[in-house]
Amino acid sequence: MSTLVIAEHDNVNLKPATLNTVAAANVIGGPVHILVAGNACQSVADEAAAVDGVEKVILADDSAYENQLAESTANLIQSISANYSHILAPATTFGKNVLPRLSALLDVQQISEITEVVSDDTFKRPIYAGSCIATVKSSDSIKVITVRATAFDPVNASGGSASVESISADGVSDLSTFVNEEIAQSDRPELTAASIVISGGRGMQSGDNFHLLETIADKLGAAVGASRAAVDAGFVPNDYQVGQTGKIVAPDLYIAVGISGAIQHLAGMKDSKVIVAINKDEDAPIFQVADYGLVADLFNALPELAEQL
Amino acid sequence: MKIVVPIKRVVDYNVKVRPLGDQSDVDLNNVKMAMNPFCEIAIEEAVRLKEAGTATEVIAVTVGKSDSQEQLRTALALGADRAILVETDSLLEPLAIAKALAKVIEAESPQLVILGKQAIDGDNNQTGQMLAALLSYGQATFASEISIDGDSASVTREIDGGLQTIKVSLPTIITTDLRLNEPRYASLPNIMKAKKKELDIQPIDAMGIDTAPRIELLSVELPPARQEGIKVESVEELVSKLKNEAKVIS
Repeated sequence: MSTLVIAEHDNVNLKPATLNTVAAANVIGGPVHILVAGNACQSVADEAAAVDGVEKVILADDSAYENQLAESTANLIQSISANYSHILAPATTFGKNVLPRLSALLDVQQISEITEVVSDDTFKRPIYAGSCIATVKSSDSIKVITVRATAFDPVNASGGSASVESISADGVSDLSTFVNEEIAQSDRPELTAASIVISGGRGMQSGDNFHLLETIADKLGAAVGASRAAVDAGFVPNDYQVGQTGKIVAPDLYIAVGISGAIQHLAGMKDSKVIVAINKDEDAPIFQVADYGLVADLFNALPELAEQL
Repeated sequence: MKIVVPIKRVVDYNVKVRPLGDQSDVDLNNVKMAMNPFCEIAIEEAVRLKEAGTATEVIAVTVGKSDSQEQLRTALALGADRAILVETDSLLEPLAIAKALAKVIEAESPQLVILGKQAIDGDNNQTGQMLAALLSYGQATFASEISIDGDSASVTREIDGGLQTIKVSLPTIITTDLRLNEPRYASLPNIMKAKKKELDIQPIDAMGIDTAPRIELLSVELPPARQEGIKVESVEELVSKLKNEAKVIS
């Protein structure tokens, strides 16, 4: 029994969610290998080899994997899958794109977004926007799993000395091709990796008013997020969205501003260590999950908060 | 161009779902059901492509129990031309659903298949990608913009760091993200007209596919509850609590 973890990376650095995924693999038990599929990505393989507890890194360095599109990546993983009892990837847009495709190629029912490993075939995962937690047992010979990163503490990025084995491209597909990417540039930490997140909802009234949150974010070294309502209203782009259908965060401190607290939003942040809610509606459901609630008009409270930090 | 839109009947998004008393499953007795919101976006996109003259026919498909006809009628009222129910009495897993859909798509041979990126019941986010693999089609998941250009589609995808645009050859699978469009409401005349549209029922047993479950549901429980918090009276008190009590800022 051994586990293959699919590395998430940008051809330069290993993404932190990979470390949480390795942590889940460690709970399953058995040797852990990491697959790095990319282009000119030796630095990622070196980083992966240094990850604590990893036995082997498999490197597929080929222009076909430059953008890690689903078709070629799934075919590659399939070509080496026979060696593994478990194949894991982080439940990011990358993992969610590639793994179900792999799973169908292997004729396996994937288990999505696990939050706990009960045993090597039994896992816990949230359903219905996290309203319930299901415990599921898989009878498939290979378990294909995506891992909710916030549910597992990352393993150490250093201390390991895995061997690196290179493999050639296999099953390269031309069904889809990369055109371009617009990656949001920000000096603030990434939403899913930040230790403090401040999010705005429909109560922010406009995208311009998000600067009130940004001022505070910069003082706290926080990331800025948003509820689906704020994204739907066009205040901010979708990659700000925290919730059932957006990003899942669990920072040390989550500040929800002008967010009513629909179950779909709570699904994305209720595992935060400390939750603060600022809302002028004292009956807003967000107060039911908040450790500290402040009933106030955010347009008064935010400038005051910025001043006191 | 023919478009197939697989949809799903799910618990309405406003319903707070709870486990059954014996924790064997979720309690779905007497809860309001609806079309999965991402499926509404998929139907809307297909209907817009037809209105724009790009598509000629929109076929809504679902794999489910007989009562899923209700959601197919909704799809017809929203502008689908005809509907297919692949009927089963069992609650199928995404892989089995994808296998049934693949049979329908092989028979219909559409140029485009548009699905919601995830259903809000199981939150699996699998069916579209699985279907693409089973049909050996390309896939464009989490779409926020679609343009059809001859024998390919250019699709902008919502990814964690921003947006990615890819080109996929047709026929292809596209799954919808939130910002793709804002679905319309069905008008009363269209709801009436939908009752007369063709709704074909195909028993899943006739398809010759393996739908046996791979996953056993052992239990369903509530997530751990958060400890009740407090209300603070002022920003000053909030900052003081965060510094001295919660110690999350310095």
